[in-house]
Amino acid sequence: MEVHRFSILAAILVPVLAIFLQASLPLRLSFFSVFDLPLLVTIFFAVARRNPLAGTLTGCLIGLAQDSLAYQHQPIGLFGISKTVVGYLASSIGVKIDVENPGSRLLMTFGFYLLHRGIYQALRNMARMPLEFNWGHELGAALSNAVLAVGLFMILDRYKQRK
Amino acid sequence: MENFFTRYRNETVLFGVLFIQIIALATQVRVADTGVNGREVNAGAHAGSSRLIRVWAVSLISPFQKLSVNSGAGVRHLWGNYFALLHVRQENEKLQQQINLMRLEQSRLQQDADQAQRLQALLGFKEQYIDKTIAAQVVGTSGTDLSRVIYIDRGTRDGVEAGMAVITPDGIVGKVSRADKSVSQVLLITDPLSGAGVLLERLRVNGILKGTQSGQPEVINVMADEKIEIGDRLITTGGDRVYPKGLPVGTVINVSPDRERDPFLSIRVKPAVNIGRLEEVLVVTQLAERQGTTENASGPIRAADMLAQRLPSAKKKTEEGSAAAVNPDAPEPPSAKSLAQQAPASPTDLKSIKTAKPKAPEKISESPR
Repeated sequence: MEVHRFSILAAILVPVLAIFLQASLPLRLSFFSVFDLPLLVTIFFAVARRNPLAGTLTGCLIGLAQDSLAYQHQPIGLFGISKTVVGYLASSIGVKIDVENPGSRLLMTFGFYLLHRGIYQALRNMARMPLEFNWGHELGAALSNAVLAVGLFMILDRYKQRK
Repeated sequence: MENFFTRYRNETVLFGVLFIQIIALATQVRVADTGVNGREVNAGAHAGSSRLIRVWAVSLISPFQKLSVNSGAGVRHLWGNYFALLHVRQENEKLQQQINLMRLEQSRLQQDADQAQRLQALLGFKEQYIDKTIAAQVVGTSGTDLSRVIYIDRGTRDGVEAGMAVITPDGIVGKVSRADKSVSQVLLITDPLSGAGVLLERLRVNGILKGTQSGQPEVINVMADEKIEIGDRLITTGGDRVYPKGLPVGTVINVSPDRERDPFLSIRVKPAVNIGRLEEVLVVTQLAERQGTTENASGPIRAADMLAQRLPSAKKKTEEGSAAAVNPDAPEPPSAKSLAQQAPASPTDLKSIKTAKPKAPEKISESPR
């Protein structure tokens, strides 16, 4: 299986742009808060690099940046830990199965979204800040993110460089 | 040993990174207090421990957000001023008619307000009012519906501080949860961690407004025997020491028994402000307290007012007389932004900021009454 790398510019700008869009677009398009662009970017970089170490660190940094924009009294690390785990698992899966075709990308993102939300929810409970969990909403959001991921990954594929 | 770390390098790094984050998380989370009914309250993070990383993240993102919002505003301005001026004459005529009607209404309200002030003075009431506000533009959000916050382009250098109320002419928006130099974070009333003291306007019943995960705030602590109807309006009580008294909060859209607190009701509320479409807000930077006096309540009591108080049937005539006194050739009204910066503005005056076309009530430009 092919292992890819990215230019430093793409590796920095794409996650920053994802966080920027995630923080800005819901102002005009309120439905956009259903999507989790930073998560999709984490998954994309992890499966493309197929390096668990890089996936772990990418997920950690993107998650912590997302945590920093959340409410003042919400502890930093909730998204960080969730995305660290997702980054690691996504890169580990990328080593073992083909994650290049749209079908597997759809299923993979659907699963990782639910896992991410499950870990986040568990951490909120540990931090004594429980949230309501609506299965219908979460499944809908997972599907929406999976569909968006298929299109987004096709765009981001252009920035891949063969190692 | 070296062989072990080489072999399990990825796993070691994963557990190391997770361990560090979990320890950091644990040090931020405040030990929860136990409430009277055994429920845990006040869980959350210490604000100070993670402040630097938040400042960095916001400093990195906010310039781009400001640029994006400002360029968007520029395009809208161009469109609004050059391409969207069709039918403006007819619209202007309609607005002029509205202004005339509102002047009549304003005159009547003015009389009521004066009367209320005289009565408050007689009873020695102290009233809280909005002394200063600054207009701010919404530049960003947290990006997730798990944390309902927005960012505004005003910070400590503009006089914004944590705990200040954020409102629009339609009603309350939230409160400033953190203020940096040029950007502030606002916790919206729809966030589960927010709260506000509210009053059902028709029944004069107090409750607490709390956000929920779904983004639809609810009022709790209202007894089940209250006859609440769909469409009842809610206003702030002022008792939470954040929001000034009398500001619109929203309307009741659903009433049901509270499953977690048995004798109480859960009242779903539609916010008066369209939270998903916020562009400009007002930060209440200064509140003041005043005690009414009979001298400054528009002079001595007029015979017509006394007549209106004692003979309700004569009220209509009095209103008509007052309405006739309104000068239809009043000067051009000030803009919304200039009104927002004038002081003091009482809660009842806020509606005039929204419309911005009619002449502002005179009390806006007065010194504190």
